[in-house]
Amino acid sequence: MKQLTALQQQGRRSNSFRSALSPLDAATVDGSVKSPAAIFWLVLHGLCCLISLVLGFRFSRLVFFLLFSTSSSPSTTTVYTALRTTLASSAVTSPPERNISAGERASRVVVGRHGILIRPWPHPDLSEVMQAHTIIERVQSEQKSQYGVKSPKTVIAITPTYVRTFQTLHLTGVMHSLMNVPYDLIWIVVEAGGVTNETASLISKSGLKTIHIGFEGKMPVLWEDRHKLESKMRLHALRVVREKRLDGIVMFADDSNMHNLELFNEIQKVKWIGAISVGILVHWGGSEEVELPIIERDDSEKTEKNSQVPVQGPACNSSNHLVGWHTFNSLPYVERSAKYIGDSAVVLPKKLEWAGFVLNSRLVWEDTEKPVWVKELEEVGGDGEDVESPLSLLKDSSVVEPLGSCGRKVMLWWLRVEARADSKFPPGWIIDPPLDITVPAKRTPWPDAPPDLPSSVEQVTSIQENADRRATKNRSRRKRSSRSKKKHTPKVLLDEHVSTLDLRDN
Amino acid sequence: MTKDFGADLVGPRSAFKFHRTQPTERISGSAGDVLEDDPVGRLKVFVYELPSKYNKKILQKDPRCLTHMFAAEIYMHRFLLSSPVRTLNPEEADWFYTPVYTTCDLTPNGLPLPFKSPRMMRSAIQLISSNWPYWNRTEGADHFFIEEKAIDRGILPLLQRATLVQTFGQRNHVCLKDGSVIIPPYAPPQKMQAHLIPPSTPRSIFVYFRGLFYDVGNDPEGGYYARGARASVWENFKDNPLFDISTEHPTTYYEDMQRAVFCLCPLGWAPWSPRLVEAVIFGCIPVIIADDIVLPFADAIPWEDIGVFVAEKDVPKLDTILTSIPINEILRKQRLLANPSMKQAMLFPQPAQSRDAFHQILNGLARKLPHDKNVYLNPGEKILNWTAGPVGDLKPW
Repeated sequence: MKQLTALQQQGRRSNSFRSALSPLDAATVDGSVKSPAAIFWLVLHGLCCLISLVLGFRFSRLVFFLLFSTSSSPSTTTVYTALRTTLASSAVTSPPERNISAGERASRVVVGRHGILIRPWPHPDLSEVMQAHTIIERVQSEQKSQYGVKSPKTVIAITPTYVRTFQTLHLTGVMHSLMNVPYDLIWIVVEAGGVTNETASLISKSGLKTIHIGFEGKMPVLWEDRHKLESKMRLHALRVVREKRLDGIVMFADDSNMHNLELFNEIQKVKWIGAISVGILVHWGGSEEVELPIIERDDSEKTEKNSQVPVQGPACNSSNHLVGWHTFNSLPYVERSAKYIGDSAVVLPKKLEWAGFVLNSRLVWEDTEKPVWVKELEEVGGDGEDVESPLSLLKDSSVVEPLGSCGRKVMLWWLRVEARADSKFPPGWIIDPPLDITVPAKRTPWPDAPPDLPSSVEQVTSIQENADRRATKNRSRRKRSSRSKKKHTPKVLLDEHVSTLDLRDN
Repeated sequence: MTKDFGADLVGPRSAFKFHRTQPTERISGSAGDVLEDDPVGRLKVFVYELPSKYNKKILQKDPRCLTHMFAAEIYMHRFLLSSPVRTLNPEEADWFYTPVYTTCDLTPNGLPLPFKSPRMMRSAIQLISSNWPYWNRTEGADHFFIEEKAIDRGILPLLQRATLVQTFGQRNHVCLKDGSVIIPPYAPPQKMQAHLIPPSTPRSIFVYFRGLFYDVGNDPEGGYYARGARASVWENFKDNPLFDISTEHPTTYYEDMQRAVFCLCPLGWAPWSPRLVEAVIFGCIPVIIADDIVLPFADAIPWEDIGVFVAEKDVPKLDTILTSIPINEILRKQRLLANPSMKQAMLFPQPAQSRDAFHQILNGLARKLPHDKNVYLNPGEKILNWTAGPVGDLKPW
């Protein structure tokens, strides 16, 4: 429509144009002869419509070219060349724009419009994608061999663990991180309470070289004692390293920690003993929303970094030398800290976690050349003294090498979430053989039992009150029971409703 | 797998030349290992003193000329002024240089306009031919000009006998003169240096490209821009997970190139682009999709060994082509790209360093020496037609 009106306007504006093209000059000039002129107008309009249908915008381009070129140098030759180029380009475009056949091809590149080549099935071919991935893998391994660590040392990971509710959860995380380490790895798993089949079966799934040793003594319930026992277990593992003369880099992979794989690249740089920054994720137990004290902390605090997540690790001066330590300030949390495992309160880390240190295994060997500032392993932790961190192995703690661009890069995250120590769970989380008699648990009502509505509501409120009043509750069980409670009340109503309906039908 | 790996490295490594403990490979072009030649002592260049309206005043009017891709002409002038190849005695000069900044005429967007440059050049040549006898002695055959922007009308007839130093162009194009020295477009070295990431970062992108596929402003239907090649890349591979292609302008563009194995360098309105330089600097194998392109320093750098050339008609099969390259070829190309002399030859650093693009230009000019005896004309002999060309060009500038 627009083109029609535009053409009409053009028609009215430029008589000269039409006279150049049309042979019937006389008929248009003579206004008195109406009907042939009208017919002529109609014919011309029709012709212009047809041409514009075919040529599209090129027609108006041609028209404008002719209109405005008359000012500079009017000549029939320019008109003819303009027409020719327009028609030539239209001939190329009249087949569908996206054609599959190729454009002109010769040794000379031709100027003009080319088709956009699309193959019939423009989607990825799976075998080629696989091949591309093999190429990428190969390129990456080549890069690693050129720019990565030249002679990688074996990583010796020490993990203290014990059989408990969520052991699988914690240990699987560490296991998968260690499985992805691109270097040789030896995993020393020290288990409190002796070697158990569950842990052994879990570890064997990793396919790593593991040394599974037991440690006498059950894991205590209080967190303080637990930390002490874990330190003893780690020392025990270091004794194993010494006996077997394992060569490599010792790192402490606690089973609740989260490791970044770049950590394992970074620790290859350690010469004797290194320290890395550990991010502390302090977790609040309980269902209440608690405002984290980190936000309301006084800005004049000097011992901690001004970040939302506290970080433990080496502190350096501007020339990247170790000058001190960032430790975890537990003062804001002291009232709310957890006392025993399963406590729904915050679990605090030690001042400096073992996990933040890596050692060259030769430091614990006997009868070998060692630096003067390291103590023998037998001297440490012998008389039941509490070994808080590997710094106790050193006489002089200034020789520690800060890693991860001087502690600025956090590659390890610490978080402790544990279920209640006496929580019941089936071994391996498998009920085998399947139960044929099911008995409702003490606090979980049987789903099909139709209790009265008020009593069920009472039970719900009583449970909630219990949750509020008593800080100590088996978190997992309570979660399960409260969840089921909420689900069951509407269901009970429905059952009741259905049963009344049935009665009525009957 | 590890066995193959070891065997791979043993063989070729013995033939490597080590640079900074990285296994790289020697680059030998058809002219031999000439990237490392030192042009000092091999040639002498005399720089004409032109009035500042040809160079300094133009730069003062628009300082953007220092950072766009044709900035090489300005930096070349500065380099020659303080280089040991410069001689103040024109009698002993092998080459004569005329410092006129013809491409420093930019639109508000930063794109160069080619309209005034013929007149500017003509006026400069008239000046030097009337003030010094050296132009008339050879009719410009021992003069060289940095004539970067391709003018569709063709080379100025007055420059028929001179040597042009041009940004790389297209074979059989009216603008490309035989015997030109082809140079890479200017890419800012400091900016690229600032975005380097550690080389141990694993390359995880297979094919990378950022840029236009359709030039909506000038060619809305497609088919003219890039001769339809870029549009073809988009239509065929837009949902292919191996191809990281889009029109975005990410701030991590340089970092992403360092994480890619292949970088597409398709033609646009011109066959060349700074992408080639960027790909070489960042170690990404360039995939050149431009028929009949002439690449910089083609006699010194073996582009066939370094990059992958794909004909425009083969673009729909690009994924097949790239995945069927044998892995050893790919590793070899990466080793060649890692060679620092390769990267140096593409850059115009400030101040000039050895083996950079400035020196490669001089090497190229030195390779054309000595001049043929018939270059020198007898007195009174004239070959050039001073009135050839469109009438508009004859207007004084």
